[in-house]
Amino acid sequence: MLARAFANGLCNRLPREATRTVGLGATGRQDRQVSTEVALKKTPLYDFHRAQGGKMVEFAGWSMPVQYKDSHINSHMHTRQHCSIFDVSHMLQTKVFGRDRVKFVESLIVGDIAELKDNQGTLSLFTNTKGGIMDDLIVTKTDQGYLYVVSNAGCADKDSAHMQARLQEFKAAGHDVDLEFMDESLIALQGPSMAQVLQKGVGDDLRNLTFMTSVLTPVFGIRGCRITRCGYTGEDGVEISVPSGDVVSLTEKLLADSEVKLAGLGARDSLRLEAGLCLYGNDIDETTTPVEASLVWTIGKRRRQAQDFPGADIIVPQIKAKTQRKRVGVISTGPPVRQHTPILSSDGRVIGEVTSGCPSPCLKQNVAMGYVEAGFSKVGTSIQVEVRKKAVPAVVSKMPFVPTKYYMGQ
Amino acid sequence: MMYLRAPAASGGRSAPARRNALTPARLLARACYKRPLSTTTRFCAALKFTDKHEWVRVDSGVATVGISNFAQEALGDVVYCGLPEVGAKLSQSDEFGALESVKAASELYSPLTGEVTDVNDALADNPGLVNKSCYKDGWLMKMTVSIPEELDGLMDEAAYERYIKSMED
Repeated sequence: MLARAFANGLCNRLPREATRTVGLGATGRQDRQVSTEVALKKTPLYDFHRAQGGKMVEFAGWSMPVQYKDSHINSHMHTRQHCSIFDVSHMLQTKVFGRDRVKFVESLIVGDIAELKDNQGTLSLFTNTKGGIMDDLIVTKTDQGYLYVVSNAGCADKDSAHMQARLQEFKAAGHDVDLEFMDESLIALQGPSMAQVLQKGVGDDLRNLTFMTSVLTPVFGIRGCRITRCGYTGEDGVEISVPSGDVVSLTEKLLADSEVKLAGLGARDSLRLEAGLCLYGNDIDETTTPVEASLVWTIGKRRRQAQDFPGADIIVPQIKAKTQRKRVGVISTGPPVRQHTPILSSDGRVIGEVTSGCPSPCLKQNVAMGYVEAGFSKVGTSIQVEVRKKAVPAVVSKMPFVPTKYYMGQ
Repeated sequence: MMYLRAPAASGGRSAPARRNALTPARLLARACYKRPLSTTTRFCAALKFTDKHEWVRVDSGVATVGISNFAQEALGDVVYCGLPEVGAKLSQSDEFGALESVKAASELYSPLTGEVTDVNDALADNPGLVNKSCYKDGWLMKMTVSIPEELDGLMDEAAYERYIKSMED
């Protein structure tokens, strides 16, 4: 399904304003491997990926490694048993400055940001006026005078235009806010041995950096880095924002540790699916509300009262009234279940559709997410999935499918 | 086997991708990793190949069918094999099953006209045999050969090597 997401209409056809260190299609030669008309964007790790045997594919307008020399399953399992590095520099990193930065960000997303502790972050959602989800993102309230926002590569143009439009409104109203789209690269280091590996290059005791908190610190001597304890695999992991001129060096230093291997978008997708994490564009999009998507927890308590975010007039009533459909987890055996697979009731009526699915390397069963009529959304409900014209038994399951290992402190 | 298409269409309801479509598996095949030309040769004494990357070997009137090394590399770790029932009657090019990896699904197309006499049950518990031993232990099915002349229309090993080389250029 990730392979299909590559080709989806989220592909950005215009170069971003931000000055990425590596130019578009450096040689000017159009890549024959892809069907888009413009050269793909490259992260500063592009040549490094290729030198390491990376198989490059198009994703959201970028040329990214889907896997390296290891098979998909080996790479997936290595992340769960040791740790892996993922290049996620294609994602959009933004700083929001100014006295009114919290008010500004809250005008776009659903969370209680004012209540975050210093250097604490949270998953949140940009919503549209129809109550749909524009993107999911992580926002961190740093103690450095800015909010740090990380959002999806596939929505970079949409999100930056959205933020800039609101910025103009706020400035016109006399508020003090500014945006900076960052030039830094971003790598994720995910897996049970992450802390052991990273501690060798960080002075602060990582036992004090709990899940969803962030710190500025040199990493292996490289200055200007920010480490946030979060990720997209369900494992204990970090994302490291690092000056683009130093990202290759940092990656090499991490790889020097025998625990660490590179991993690509293939493993990234099967890991996040096992962890029950949504992929924007597949599992959530502009037509799904946070309530339908089973993401009510992202809507702050204060925000539900104030109804002061886009689409609140549609979303908040849904919290009580329930919705016609809901996102659920699905487990089955037999032929793998993929995006667009119809979901049926036990008596063969179509009751929904799968939005993401893959064979789970850990569980050796098929795991999937999809939307079903609310009456079928209870965990344990017997359902069917239609694969290759045959109805296969399945069951509504809780997520995450594989237990998560987020580090909550000691 | 040819249509190594992304799972997007794997409800079985859409037409398979055209042969020339740049499916993700083909992108992988074209990407910068070297395909060993010689490892296949030693095994393939009497193999014939289809343009959809199945191989067939006939012994005493029984044809054994599998997928080529090129195909198993492009597909990645096979996690599920959908194979036909013994007794199924197939015409040449009929879809007879599918192989699934974590990321992608590929239909299988019969290289010959005949009746399925045996199916590799070992693949149910060990689908990875298709990757580890695509010409031997990873065989998919055996079938009768109703129209022996069909074999003449298939590629021999040298022609198949030229064929995949031309795809990669």
